[in-house]
Amino acid sequence: MVATDALAVHIANLGFHYPGNDGLTFSNLNLKVGKGERFGLFGPNGAGKTTLLSLMAGLLSADEGSIHLLGLDVGKHNKEVNKLFGFVPQDFSFYEELSPVENMEFFGAWSGLTSHQIKTRTGELLHILGLENVRNKPVDKFSGGMKRRVNLAIGVMHNPAILILDEPTVGVDVQTRHAIINYLMELNKKGTTLIYTSHQLSEAEGLCQQVALIDDGQIIVQDSLTELLKEHRQESLEELFLNLTGKAYRNDV
Amino acid sequence: MFKLWATIVKDFRVLVRDGIGLSLMFVMPVVLVVVVTDIQNSTFALINKNKMPILICNRDTGESSVQLIEAINKIGMFKVFRLPENQDVESITGAMKQRDALLGIVIPGDFTRKVKAKSKNVAGKALTSFGLQADTVQKNAGDIDPLTLYYNPVLQEQLRFSVQGGLRTALQLVESRETLRSLYFSINEKPLPAKLEDEMLNNKAAINEIPVSKNGTLSAPNAAQHNVPAWTIFAMFFVIMSLGGSVVREKVSGSFIRLKTLPTNYLVGLLSKQITYVAVTVLQAAVIFSLGIWIFPLMGLPSLNIPLDIPGLFVVTLICGWCAVSYAICVGVFAETHQQSNGFGAISIVILAAIGGLMVPSFAMDTSLKTWSNFSPMHWCLQAYYGLFLEGGRLRDVLGNLIPLILITLALQLITFFGLKRKNLI
Repeated sequence: MVATDALAVHIANLGFHYPGNDGLTFSNLNLKVGKGERFGLFGPNGAGKTTLLSLMAGLLSADEGSIHLLGLDVGKHNKEVNKLFGFVPQDFSFYEELSPVENMEFFGAWSGLTSHQIKTRTGELLHILGLENVRNKPVDKFSGGMKRRVNLAIGVMHNPAILILDEPTVGVDVQTRHAIINYLMELNKKGTTLIYTSHQLSEAEGLCQQVALIDDGQIIVQDSLTELLKEHRQESLEELFLNLTGKAYRNDV
Repeated sequence: MFKLWATIVKDFRVLVRDGIGLSLMFVMPVVLVVVVTDIQNSTFALINKNKMPILICNRDTGESSVQLIEAINKIGMFKVFRLPENQDVESITGAMKQRDALLGIVIPGDFTRKVKAKSKNVAGKALTSFGLQADTVQKNAGDIDPLTLYYNPVLQEQLRFSVQGGLRTALQLVESRETLRSLYFSINEKPLPAKLEDEMLNNKAAINEIPVSKNGTLSAPNAAQHNVPAWTIFAMFFVIMSLGGSVVREKVSGSFIRLKTLPTNYLVGLLSKQITYVAVTVLQAAVIFSLGIWIFPLMGLPSLNIPLDIPGLFVVTLICGWCAVSYAICVGVFAETHQQSNGFGAISIVILAAIGGLMVPSFAMDTSLKTWSNFSPMHWCLQAYYGLFLEGGRLRDVLGNLIPLILITLALQLITFFGLKRKNLI
């Protein structure tokens, strides 16, 4: 059991439903993620992964229960909480008509960085993510993989303590995936807690220490990946996933 | 402050890369103001300079019809073309098309006889009323057969009324002349001397036209003075095509999701958009006014005279721009899609322009429309500009127009705020 003050994320008795929608509902959902962990949240389409991440990021409001990030209630301390985490949404979340540098200048300012900090971080991140040579070109001319890297760079501009990533490698080539995962591992070594979701389970196996499987708005299992594989006598995360969530198609409407 | 500045820089960068939006905001209004001013100026020139072609088919052989044609010529509005007397309706309308004439008149066959008969009758009545014996009274003089006026349907009602007024004046002159002659002859038994006739009929009091202005020094307003301010306002409100779409695009795009997770209130973003686009509207006004001052004369159009109160003009432009931007943001916040924003935006701007008096002057509207025009921010913008451009007023003279405009703007800001709250965007 992780002590409360050592928790990066603490979700207690969470209840949520989309207004006017009989679909996905969270009821009495509980989840704990320790500081500095690499945590993976997996589940079929429509299971509630993105909704749960959106609730953590304060994009949606819980009907019941609470979500704390590093001890701060997301619902009550929105502005303070927003300084603690970085969010890398599945959709490209920047201005495509602007260059990487221009995007980072803007989002850096909104993240609360000074002009000097923005300049320094922009230089570092563009170098690490291999975007230096296109730093002043409009992003709308970029490939999908390059856009993913820009998306990530903006999310980590302010060195957040928690980084929430919603399928950060979807649709990218092997090289980009490799670069992104390596960079996430680097961040984690420096103390950043990673909350990660993806359908790339082989990629997740290498990245995540702690894993939770979610289906139909419920956390089915949550433990370290090693323990879960051992407990369920499975060889891989994919096998474990299919074993626990079934092989039937999921039509997310 | 740094966040606001960074956002303004971002908005400016996004704006300058939106080629279509920029052309809608700058090129389209410039074209519009040139075309409308040119058309209005041409209409003015058609009546006052070029003269309107008019075909006259005179079926009468007497002197009254000749006098009538002379009188029509003297009005100065028309360039008269005579047609043979035996023309039928089809030939007349055919000739109108052929000569590109908008008007055709047929003078009936016994015009002179009836004018004379009626004049004698009127003169006789007048003598009787003076207590003199009248031998010229005809009991059944009968009405003069009407002149027939053929007109091209493209001729606007206002212009047609103006033509009718001119023709009535000419007709009145002919009838009055005959009546005077009859009276004079009955009393003096000799014809009315030409000099006296001319003095009696043509020595009318002159009309001095003086535009009522605040400073008393204003020259007569021209088409540019009327059109440039009106279409500048239209251009300002047309920022909705770029700004409304920009708000919707940001709202529905991934970037807005990111913005919501950052420790900055979205109101900073909206404030930045207001500052950026108000600057755009001021720039639009500067471009269109410059066009009116320097380019119009090169195109043969009347030059725009800038008001004396330049700071006042700047303040009015700023407030008009702020209102236009507030309206665009309000529409952008409530619209769900880019199409909704553009469609509603464009149509609503045209309606607001129409009821605001940009297309038809407010004084020409009926009472209910006049009431509605008070709800159009463009009406107050136009009145404020007219106060400066046409009446030679200063800022203090147009405060009465600026106060309702500011109130409408604040109401739009309030509606936007509640819209954002309701949609959980702030």
